[in-house]
Amino acid sequence: MTGPVLWALMGHWRRNPLQLFTVLAGLALATALWSGVQAINAEARASYRLAADILGSADRAQITARVGGSVSVADYVALRRGGWRVSPVLEGRYDGIRILGIDPLTVPRGGGGLPEFNRTDIGAFLTAPGLILGRAEVLDRLRGRTLAGFETRPLLAPNTAVMDIAVAQELLEVDAGLTRLMVDPQQPLVQVSLAQIAPHLQLTPPEAGADVARLTGSFHLNLTAFGLLAFAVGIFVVHGAIGLAFEQRRGMIRTLRALGVPLGQLVVVQTLELLCLALIAGAVGMCGGYLMAAALLPDVAATLRGLYGADVSGSLHLRPVWWLSGFAIALLGTGLAAAAGLWQVLRMPLLAAARSRAWALASRRAARWQAGAALALLALAAVLTGFGTGLMAGFVLLAALLVGAALALPLALDQTLALLAGRAKTATVAWFWADTRQQVPGLSLALMALLLAMATNIGVSTMVSSFRQTFVGFLDQRLAAELYVSAQNAGQAADLQRFLEGRVDAVLPVQSVSRPLMGVPVAIYGNRPHATYRDNWQFLQAVPDVWQRVAEGKALIVNEQLFRRAGLQLGQKLAIGPDQSLGSSLEIAGIYGDYGNPVGQVVITEDLFKQLYPEVVAQRFGLRLDPSQVSILRGDLMKRFDLSESNVIDQAQIKALSLAVFERTFTVTAALNVLTLALAGFAILMSLLTLAGLRLPQLAPVWALGVTRARLAGFEVLRAVILAAFTSLMALGLGLLLAWVLLAVINVEAFGWRLPMDVFPAQYARLGALALMAALLAALWPAWRLVRRSPADLLQVFSNER
Amino acid sequence: MNVKMVFILLWVCLTVPEVARAQGFADLGTPARGFAEPQPDYKLQFPADHGAHPAFRIEWWYLTANLTGSDQIEYGLQWTLFRTALSQTALSQKANSGWNNTQLWMGHAAVTSPTAHFTAERLARGGIGQAGVTAAPFEAWIDDWVLEGTGPGTELGAAALRASGDEFAYDMQLQARGPQVLHGQDGYSVKSADGRASHYYSQPFFDISGTLRLPQGVVPVRGQAWLDREWSSSPLAVSQTGWDWFSLSFAGGDKLMAFQVRDQAGTAFTSATWIAANGRVKSFGDGALTATPLHLTSVAGRRVPTQWRLQLPDKDLDIRINALNPGAWMDVSLPYWEGPVRFAGSHTGRGYLEMTGYE
Repeated sequence: MTGPVLWALMGHWRRNPLQLFTVLAGLALATALWSGVQAINAEARASYRLAADILGSADRAQITARVGGSVSVADYVALRRGGWRVSPVLEGRYDGIRILGIDPLTVPRGGGGLPEFNRTDIGAFLTAPGLILGRAEVLDRLRGRTLAGFETRPLLAPNTAVMDIAVAQELLEVDAGLTRLMVDPQQPLVQVSLAQIAPHLQLTPPEAGADVARLTGSFHLNLTAFGLLAFAVGIFVVHGAIGLAFEQRRGMIRTLRALGVPLGQLVVVQTLELLCLALIAGAVGMCGGYLMAAALLPDVAATLRGLYGADVSGSLHLRPVWWLSGFAIALLGTGLAAAAGLWQVLRMPLLAAARSRAWALASRRAARWQAGAALALLALAAVLTGFGTGLMAGFVLLAALLVGAALALPLALDQTLALLAGRAKTATVAWFWADTRQQVPGLSLALMALLLAMATNIGVSTMVSSFRQTFVGFLDQRLAAELYVSAQNAGQAADLQRFLEGRVDAVLPVQSVSRPLMGVPVAIYGNRPHATYRDNWQFLQAVPDVWQRVAEGKALIVNEQLFRRAGLQLGQKLAIGPDQSLGSSLEIAGIYGDYGNPVGQVVITEDLFKQLYPEVVAQRFGLRLDPSQVSILRGDLMKRFDLSESNVIDQAQIKALSLAVFERTFTVTAALNVLTLALAGFAILMSLLTLAGLRLPQLAPVWALGVTRARLAGFEVLRAVILAAFTSLMALGLGLLLAWVLLAVINVEAFGWRLPMDVFPAQYARLGALALMAALLAALWPAWRLVRRSPADLLQVFSNER
Repeated sequence: MNVKMVFILLWVCLTVPEVARAQGFADLGTPARGFAEPQPDYKLQFPADHGAHPAFRIEWWYLTANLTGSDQIEYGLQWTLFRTALSQTALSQKANSGWNNTQLWMGHAAVTSPTAHFTAERLARGGIGQAGVTAAPFEAWIDDWVLEGTGPGTELGAAALRASGDEFAYDMQLQARGPQVLHGQDGYSVKSADGRASHYYSQPFFDISGTLRLPQGVVPVRGQAWLDREWSSSPLAVSQTGWDWFSLSFAGGDKLMAFQVRDQAGTAFTSATWIAANGRVKSFGDGALTATPLHLTSVAGRRVPTQWRLQLPDKDLDIRINALNPGAWMDVSLPYWEGPVRFAGSHTGRGYLEMTGYE
């Protein structure tokens, strides 16, 4: 019996292929967007894990110099001879590749430190010309630049090359010093204490360092939120199509039940049917998601590298968990979309009439519920705005705002149209408004999708544009020096300063140490007092004559990130010495904006910095000079000190570099934005096409009263455009609200900075025009079909029993 | 103690690149190009020869000891430092200094009791100070493991010894009660019929005392220790599969060093040195000694002979040797069996046994 029932139900899809297409395409798109984002996140996380595993800090302790700088070989040997099982690591960047120089003889056993490193590698590592391990793409980039042999290790962390310390030293052109020492989890029975051997070194327990995964968490949460939003829009589409199909099949269900098919079997068969749809659409969506992720991943990888220094693989791996979660989300989506329909089938009286307008009528009843839900969600949003803290609260606020507004949309449209109908002067206009109002329930899901997509688009583009404007302005201020020079070593730095004396207006050393402050990783900078800072740095909050106080060594300034994360106050004291016991507590005199930097910063005056951290030698310098002299001095410096292009960078270059990082950050956002909007446009088209078929009985009487088909078609197009226009207006308001939430709540939580919000009317107008155009295009086809319809079709409406 | 060369070479051969190994395995029997070779007319000079000989391919400082604890339990102790020159070419164009150094050092330490066996291993490269040997004052070290001279004079009259692992540590004092012994012809020790040789001397007359740190606590111990020093560049033939080496101290004060190298054909090359209590030496060439395994023990998945019959008719020696702890398996990069033994028969006493090549 199941077979014939299924066949009969399937007949509906055969007669309405467009509806079937809508369901499948909507579900596939929703799955694709969601799973694509998930694939990107999973790949990035796997990369972090690999990068952290490989001699990293994630799960093992390490020893580093207490105040930045390197660990000397003498210290390493002293520790080994004191019983410490430590293994040296020399880390650096060569042409952007993370170079890991290791000592294969002391690498902790069990591969924990170094996946895929075998004891058989020891000989090759230590025998000339040495061996370099890495992924194929990394080795390709190193080819021809070293004498060492290559061996591909596909499971090594991306963008990483592993080699013996001696080979790394040669490649990185460094002579002395190790980056850090890995501490073997297994230590021998007898050991001299670290403080006794090398008091200037510190032991960092596992998980204490600035973890890339934590830093990038907000970025991925952003992506996830976007994926979820796109999924929601897709589910709106599917919900509309499936709901309609259930309504239209009521007659068939009634017939089947009258023929004796048990209700339970009908429900089971329909569930099976939905399952099939979900699986087909899920599979298609997964493929789409994979393609999307593969296309976007290189940009994401570049962003993460630029923003956080995280190495993420540019190529995608398929993980079983990803497939499972993709199908699960497709099933969940179908379930969400079809739950109401199935519920109605269950409750439908045996002989209830099939009502093609049942939607509109049912929605009257549902309207009250919908209004209540919308109100509740908006109230929740309001509460969260006032009292919510944390990134999660921010996203819940976003979700409540968006869904609440979407649910309120049909009600708002209904009220507006009722108002307009009341003011109509002629019968035709009155009919037009009344008829439009009657269309709203049928179109509401598509319009909600449009609202969400547009509001998101407006919100996100406002945020990105505001961010961009602020960031560009910030770069102009902060990169005030005309030329930036990096010396290769401390000796050269001293020569460089002597050489520059008298040749430039000012030399501003860039010197810093990294250390945790109040549980937040912080870089402490020692700035030379100079007008450059006074003229160009803008404070969010500051005491009067802040620079004066900093220069006198009486105060410090902090960036906004640190200020917010550590919950600081202006005037509060902060200990910034190498040791808590050293009395170096300074008052916070100012908070400055510092965009595009994930780490906290403290600035003190150079003299004080040198007292506290005498070991740190500045090797980077900002130079102030006559802009017309820049290229001459640049050439001089490169020739005289044998510096490479990347060591002497002028202002324009560094700005371009920073902006490139910024643009890449939002490539993914922009791509998801466009996809979401396309999905909404598709939803409108599908809704209008479906409605067009149902509307014949409503149009026939009007036609019979003398309104021509062409005029009716004109009304149809006009209606679609008007509804889209209303929705766009609402979307504008919602979008601006969204932008405010993103800038004032999400950004502060995710990145630690609050940005001023700017509005971009031209952008909104363009988007509105785009939406109207989409609605117009979507309405044209059904309208054209109406014009071409033979009068006989319209006449038949009256002869058919309804 | 030719036999240990095989061990070292196996290790080297494990660690050199596959290509080099494929081309070079058969060549291991011939002198390695670029390395120095032992010379018959070379006179050992002290203290210089206590130190390292980097021009030779392989070298070791090998100390074993039979101990008795204050708890009346017998213990064995091992401290070994191996040096291998991986290649004569530095890793980079720079001098063979710092991280570019291609001298590899490997330390093994062990403590054995009748019921337990603890081992530890350390690896290091030369050039940075993590491991090395200096002749005067004498110090051999890898990480915090040390064998250092504490007495005056050029002979190794007194020394201190330290090592530690995850579960054990020891801190010992050594005092020589007899002279150093030069093996073969003034320390030029021929190893095989086709003339392979090494420079080889021993100090078998150490009294040793100190403390063991074991999981159950600290144990004061004392007993006898035996130091072997050997360096060469020539390995054994590829047909040889493993060896059994004995260092025995008789109750009367005499000592015996004896070994056999087994080959694929099932025959063995034997050698022995009888050391009188006054340090006088008599060497025995191939065939004088007979070593017969009496009982096999399963240890670490291998069948290893832990009971032997040793016969040296020229000295009226016929003894049964039993491992103190048959499970004395050295679970290191290249695993082998090494542990203290007791023996009885024509003579009684204690000693050490090393066995490799039991797969």
